[in-house]
Amino acid sequence: MKKLQQLGLGIFLIGLALFCSLMFLGSYNLSNNQFQKIIESKRIKSEIFTGKIKSKIVDKEFSSSFEISEIIINSLKESNKIHKTNREWNKVIYDKPHSFSYEILKVAGTGIIKENKVLFWLLTFGLGIFGSLLFIIPNIITLGPPGIKNNGIYFNSATNRGFLGWFVFIFLVVFYVLLYFYPDYIVNWTYIVDPISENLSGNPASQWFLYGFLYCTVMTVMAIRMYIKYRNNKYQILRTTSVWFFQIVFAFLIPEILVRFEKPWYDFKNAFPLDYDFFFSWNLNSLIDSGGFGLFILVWGIVLTLIIVPVMVYFFGKRWYCSWVCGCGGLAETLGDPFRHLSNKSIGAWKLERWLVHGVLVFSLLMTGFTLYSYFSGSQSVLGIKTQSIQNIYGFLIGSIFAGVIGTGFYPIFGNRVWCRFGCPLAAYLGLVQRFKSRFRITTNGGQCISCGNCSTYCEMGIDVRAYAQKGQDIVRSSCVGCGVCSAVCPRGVLKLENGPLENRTYAPEFPLGNSL
Amino acid sequence: MNAPPIIIIGNGIAGITTARHIRKKSNKPILIISKESKYFFSRTALMYVYMGHLKWEHTQPYESHFWKKNKLNLLQETVTNIDSENKKITLSNESILSYDSLVLATGSIPNKFGWPGENHKGVQGLYSKQDLENLESLSASIQEAVIVGGGLIGIELAEMLHSRGKKVTFLVREKSFWNNVLPKQESKIINQHILSHGIDLRLDTNLEEIIADENGRVKLVRTDKGDLISCQFVGLTAGVKPNVEFIKQTNIATNRGILVNKYLETNQPGVYAIGDCAEQKEPQPGRRSIEAVWYTGRMMGETLAQTLTGTKTEYNPGNWFNSAKFFDIEYQTYGLVSAHPEDNEKHFHWKHSVKDHAITIAYNKETYEFLGINTFGIRMRHEIFDQILSDKRTVFQVAEHLKDCNFDPEFFNSYEEEIITKFNLEFKTKIKLKRKSWSRIFNSKLMKS
Repeated sequence: MKKLQQLGLGIFLIGLALFCSLMFLGSYNLSNNQFQKIIESKRIKSEIFTGKIKSKIVDKEFSSSFEISEIIINSLKESNKIHKTNREWNKVIYDKPHSFSYEILKVAGTGIIKENKVLFWLLTFGLGIFGSLLFIIPNIITLGPPGIKNNGIYFNSATNRGFLGWFVFIFLVVFYVLLYFYPDYIVNWTYIVDPISENLSGNPASQWFLYGFLYCTVMTVMAIRMYIKYRNNKYQILRTTSVWFFQIVFAFLIPEILVRFEKPWYDFKNAFPLDYDFFFSWNLNSLIDSGGFGLFILVWGIVLTLIIVPVMVYFFGKRWYCSWVCGCGGLAETLGDPFRHLSNKSIGAWKLERWLVHGVLVFSLLMTGFTLYSYFSGSQSVLGIKTQSIQNIYGFLIGSIFAGVIGTGFYPIFGNRVWCRFGCPLAAYLGLVQRFKSRFRITTNGGQCISCGNCSTYCEMGIDVRAYAQKGQDIVRSSCVGCGVCSAVCPRGVLKLENGPLENRTYAPEFPLGNSL
Repeated sequence: MNAPPIIIIGNGIAGITTARHIRKKSNKPILIISKESKYFFSRTALMYVYMGHLKWEHTQPYESHFWKKNKLNLLQETVTNIDSENKKITLSNESILSYDSLVLATGSIPNKFGWPGENHKGVQGLYSKQDLENLESLSASIQEAVIVGGGLIGIELAEMLHSRGKKVTFLVREKSFWNNVLPKQESKIINQHILSHGIDLRLDTNLEEIIADENGRVKLVRTDKGDLISCQFVGLTAGVKPNVEFIKQTNIATNRGILVNKYLETNQPGVYAIGDCAEQKEPQPGRRSIEAVWYTGRMMGETLAQTLTGTKTEYNPGNWFNSAKFFDIEYQTYGLVSAHPEDNEKHFHWKHSVKDHAITIAYNKETYEFLGINTFGIRMRHEIFDQILSDKRTVFQVAEHLKDCNFDPEFFNSYEEEIITKFNLEFKTKIKLKRKSWSRIFNSKLMKS
């Protein structure tokens, strides 16, 4: 069994290595015809830019995406500079340089990868999936009888911030930086999922399609790991199934199929303010332009945030969203599960959490306020601040850096819920409802706690569960996502997530049960 | 000059609970002395450190600034003598400290029964932080281990070593695991479970001799069955006894433990004893004079803190409860279920046909009063059973309200229907399960506050 698992790990690593090496394979040759199409579709009026591209790139063969990207970006910057000095505003290209470069590279790619998409899919995704399953499935036997299987977590360099943990951290951070800021460098990765994207939406894959597909793949493989690890625990199994289902169907399949029917891409479960650009003018315009269905989405989005979310939190706690439905939660609860114990439990971290997460909530609401004011008044700025700049800052700092680079990249260092705990504005909103008006709590079972610390250690949100349990106090915390792992790892049956009456929900006895004082 | 502090010897659950609850009510100076570790840790969590579930710091229930903030002074030293007439103690570094009140919370030490070879290298118990450190330092050189003693620490040590890939032989003197506490059907479930984890469980087997190699390191164990078992480690887990050696030389009265009255006072004024080391001169009916469990340590600490802050309070631990985990099987008990029921005690037993879920309900066969329950693989609500025991409810009332009692996580399979079917057959009753009621559940909880 051990041999089989090692073989699986080997195959997975080969798949991963091939996937990474794709960045450096293939070549790019932009034909004049292709370039003309881009000029038309992007409505480019800069003769300086087109001239430069035509002389430097068109009909030339490039073997590296970095090289061709550099020329495109330099040409773009130089021509923009000239147009700006000449005040030829209509000739300036406002696209993000690397996104623009991505669009050119996407059509310009030629060679081995583009010609063998399926083969390369099998060599990367295929080997990766096969290898990781070979690594995971023998756990049914190697982990022993069903039960809590945390043996050796703190001896493993990958799960104890050892060398492997730091390696994974660097890998993930680089991945997210490429994905968000340098999509043109990873254009080769998108080719191998083109066939899937074309079948679903009819379009070739963007980097976001690639990310969505990768996300679903990782969640599926790691959900299988969850099923095996927590096979003694029905709550975990149902929760994993739910969060997986919402990712695959709601976040991935439905939006892509909507695009096929020429409807706006929309994830029906992604609630504002997590979905921070829902009220951006381009989104509102696109919704309004797509008729009845667009209006339905508009109404649904508002109802989801204002009514469905809080009402559901009232009945079930924020867990219904954060650990049963949400995509960020879905990745955290599958890929992130091996890192859940790395969250910081100190009081200091709790203080930081409250400032940050509520700060982001306020930021997102202010930004949306600006956005809506601009939308309805038509003015570009509010109180002298440009709405566009606020949106850009939010998108960069919160949407990309916090949610992506830090949120997932830091799994192996700060645990799997960094974003959900410190950054997610929706979590902050749900948390306020959960703290002040909800039937949800974690009940402490009388005086049975032995202060062992498993609950606190395995709390991904960094809640010091033991601090409550050892006092015989029930636990009501705004950050709790109700993953149920504290209850699962408790060796004495002390904790139970439940929805009950609001009275005495924050029950705190003077002494834990047992003493007749 | 500062007023002499309340000195607490021992920073386990009993000593620390005392200190915390004194601080809630009073500003008196408090000094906690323990050589074992600077900060309070959960002794029951030591096993998880060895198994890699936790790191050492996770076993500490309070962050290090807690002690300073609450002005609880910690001193990592050994106390060598107590002069209760002059209210002074001596430390191993010869310094002498005065106290206002003295709380002895010295805990337990593992039993040794004079087995030949019990002091060889690689032979130890598992009780203290130092025991854990010793085990960790030996661990790499252990392939095979023998555990002697069939109690809770024994099975934990077996699980620990097994988790690190050691081949474990488990010698149990009794004919079945922990059968002096568990009724025989339950004890049998645990026997099976131990075996299913690949532990070589040898029941009805005694240790005869521990044999060392030329370096004094254990290499063999000989049993009374004449078997020789190769091993590099022997865990002696035949129970614990009060840690009172250095107290015997003082004028504080001891027997097996430090003798205390119902106010937890020793024979010396201003000196108290709590937790594992205390021996009740007049234990409450149905209770043992020494109860070395976490919960009683905590409760004695809570009680004594009242006395030391001016409200003289009797120790009255209320209805018995306990819990444990045997590999993957959780065990809880509320009230008293005898291993060998006598007099009027009778048992109702239910076990799942395949899985390791079981309960035993003890009741009085004359009055049908509910006496206690053991559960395996099923969690129950403490408050409800505490209420049932205090109200002296009948076994029929318990059966009817099983759904209120259950504390398993949501969506878990429930076995109440199966249990009640068997119950009705045995008792020739037609009890129907009542639906879970929040008001009943919360009323029992609130009555405790």
